Amino acid sequence: MVQVRAEEVTRTMATEPERILLAHGGGGQLQNQLIRERILPKLRNEVLNELGDSAHLQLSSNAICFTTDSYVVKPLFFRGGDIGKLAVCGTVNDLAVSGSRPVALSLALIIEEGFETRLLEAILQSISDAARQNHVSIVTGDTKTVDHGCADGIFLNTAGIGIKLPNVELGLSRIEVGDKILINGTIGDHGMTIVSQREGISFESPLASDCAGLADLTCTLFENVPGIKFMRDPTRGGLAATLNEIVEGSRRSVEIEEKEISVKPTVQAAADMLGFDVLNAANEGKFVAVVAPDAASECLRICRGHPLGAEARIIGEIVETRDVPLVELKTRIGGRRIVQMPYGRELPRIC
Amino acid sequence: MCLAVPARIIELEGDRAVVDAMGNRWKAKTTLLPDAKLGDVVLVHAGFAISTVDEEEAKKTWELFAEIENFENTSNKISG
Amino acid sequence: MLDRVAQAQHIIEEACRGLDRQITVMEICGTHTVSIFRSGIRSLLPDKLKLLSGPGCPVCVTDQGYIDTMMQLADREDCLIATYGDMIRVPGSDGSLETRASRGNVKVVLSSEDALQLARDHPEKTVVFIAVGFETTTPATAVVVQEAEREGMKNFCILSNHKLVIPAIRALLGGMNDRIDAFLCPGHVSVIIGSDAFTEIVRDYRRPCVVAGFEPLQILEGLAEICRQLAAGTAEVKSMYKAVVTEQGNTAAQRIVAECFEPADGYWRGVGKIARSTLALKEQYRQFDAFQRFGLEDKPGKEIPGCRCGAVLCGLMDPIQCPLFGTRCTPQQPIGPCMVSSEGTCAAWFKYGRRK
Repeated sequence: MVQVRAEEVTRTMATEPERILLAHGGGGQLQNQLIRERILPKLRNEVLNELGDSAHLQLSSNAICFTTDSYVVKPLFFRGGDIGKLAVCGTVNDLAVSGSRPVALSLALIIEEGFETRLLEAILQSISDAARQNHVSIVTGDTKTVDHGCADGIFLNTAGIGIKLPNVELGLSRIEVGDKILINGTIGDHGMTIVSQREGISFESPLASDCAGLADLTCTLFENVPGIKFMRDPTRGGLAATLNEIVEGSRRSVEIEEKEISVKPTVQAAADMLGFDVLNAANEGKFVAVVAPDAASECLRICRGHPLGAEARIIGEIVETRDVPLVELKTRIGGRRIVQMPYGRELPRIC
Repeated sequence: MCLAVPARIIELEGDRAVVDAMGNRWKAKTTLLPDAKLGDVVLVHAGFAISTVDEEEAKKTWELFAEIENFENTSNKISG
Repeated sequence: MLDRVAQAQHIIEEACRGLDRQITVMEICGTHTVSIFRSGIRSLLPDKLKLLSGPGCPVCVTDQGYIDTMMQLADREDCLIATYGDMIRVPGSDGSLETRASRGNVKVVLSSEDALQLARDHPEKTVVFIAVGFETTTPATAVVVQEAEREGMKNFCILSNHKLVIPAIRALLGGMNDRIDAFLCPGHVSVIIGSDAFTEIVRDYRRPCVVAGFEPLQILEGLAEICRQLAAGTAEVKSMYKAVVTEQGNTAAQRIVAECFEPADGYWRGVGKIARSTLALKEQYRQFDAFQRFGLEDKPGKEIPGCRCGAVLCGLMDPIQCPLFGTRCTPQQPIGPCMVSSEGTCAAWFKYGRRK
């Protein structure tokens, strides 16, 4: 993957760099040139090369999962990834946690006039690399340009198709008291990385996004362990949002153990400095799974044998609801408190 | 009412410092701590170092200190 | 660690058993409020020990009038508002800074130095730094005021609302809520003012004052020390945060603050006027006072009907007893600052534990 330091985005080069013009989105010569010379070579595959109005796919099954997401992250380039890698992995993960094997993605680019072409190339390279690593093809796409100032550089949208794995039935209604809650690693890495680079406070930090496609791991789990009831990726809103969504959707209560939740010391220190709660911070390479109690240790074993699950933990379980369904945390000192749905925006504070 | 975190001074020029907290490097000013030295662990609040940390005392009662030492001495990058 | 927890719990339980009444301990630091809730400490304490949150959240005690003044300045084309994130969502009579952020003239800063730099970068605008916070934060403001003066800066000013903890404690014990048995004292304020600053409370009111850090264990051990003193019938200042708190405090910081500021009467949300409880810029630095520059008056704002933030702040009422709590006043639609502030008692109750 091409590494572009965040600072390079704002530095102007000595000679005028090549930039995207409005005409590149106009459907004419310039757009065709952009597609043939810049986009196709990176995303090379037979289906896309047809450049048809639609992609023709032969799927092995008619039980499919279909999802879409838009990507507007700022900064565009961050340690551990960029908007391109995020766009592929994010949609791959939505398909993965739905119990399917991702096969094909669409890619829509909305590019601001004046965006440097070399940055577009870097993003396309990331998309290509991520697609290859996750065994998906970008089979159809669209390119539009907008006036300078209207797209923060570039926005992306990906939609994805996955083939449902046989004998996998996931649903919030399947969740029962006693089920275990599992996560495949540390929390807060992506969220704190983005915040620290955006605020411009840490000019040097080993913080890195955990952005990664999980399909390989989740498919292995689904194919080998019956008893997985539900899965979700804790992106915006973090673990707190996902657990609250589980409670709301299943009407069951959740109890988690603070000492089982892994946080990298660097991530925690960044959160402490800004007054953020890591439970609310986004993750882009993690899933939360609710599994039957007798499936938990096997799930853990499989995760820990995979590079994206080495730090997997069982963090809690589904418990009886006392008065109203909620998420309760047993703290490190043995106390108890509630974990609420986050507001939607963490602000750095001094108090 | 005061979020403040301990961090070690790794650069110091006049009253402009760079501090390190578990690998994160922040700018901080030592205007309020004229005697601060390179290598000191200080408490940082709103961009200012407000106190040096007595490391011996801290190790007795401050869990975070055991973690800081752990982090600085080994390559243990996971807690919890 | 768990054995230290057990030990502290044991001391607390023993002390409570010996005393045949309810003990009320107040903490006066928003960061303590949050830490106590986040670690679930209340669930580890005996029923006899009641933990109150006092007026320790600088956002919560900020009077409505100040907030409205802040909003007035935010509405001006020639101003850039630089503020700590804590103030962004506090509702005035008409929206908050957050709702005004779309104008692009409200910037969240992490340090007063960032606010000063903003002024250097934007000579065409006047930067107004929202200077809130207790004694821990005041020195940071004083440093930049002096910097601005040395550089002869004409487009930087502060809207000062820095508050003092000791006058607040005196006001509580002197009338507003004298049923407080002891204080868990703010660790980082004490870094600046020194643990000796609390001796006057012990001398005049005979209440134990224990300075504690912010880790759950440090707080628990602070509470244990308070209980030990109450059971023994003593009252003294004890610092359990000696790693960073000295008896005299940070004298360099105290000196810089004294050079720039002097005590003045101030309005505290829901409590009213407390004498010599806020800081006003001294004559020499008054050109940096936003109130003076824009001809604004620091006056109390209209109270919001039904809002009981004042009573909550004095520890006279638990959030759950406020008629608006959880119904008309929620974190999504806060009415008073106790709910909107990240360290507000009501916000903490709502977020972390509606049940206890």
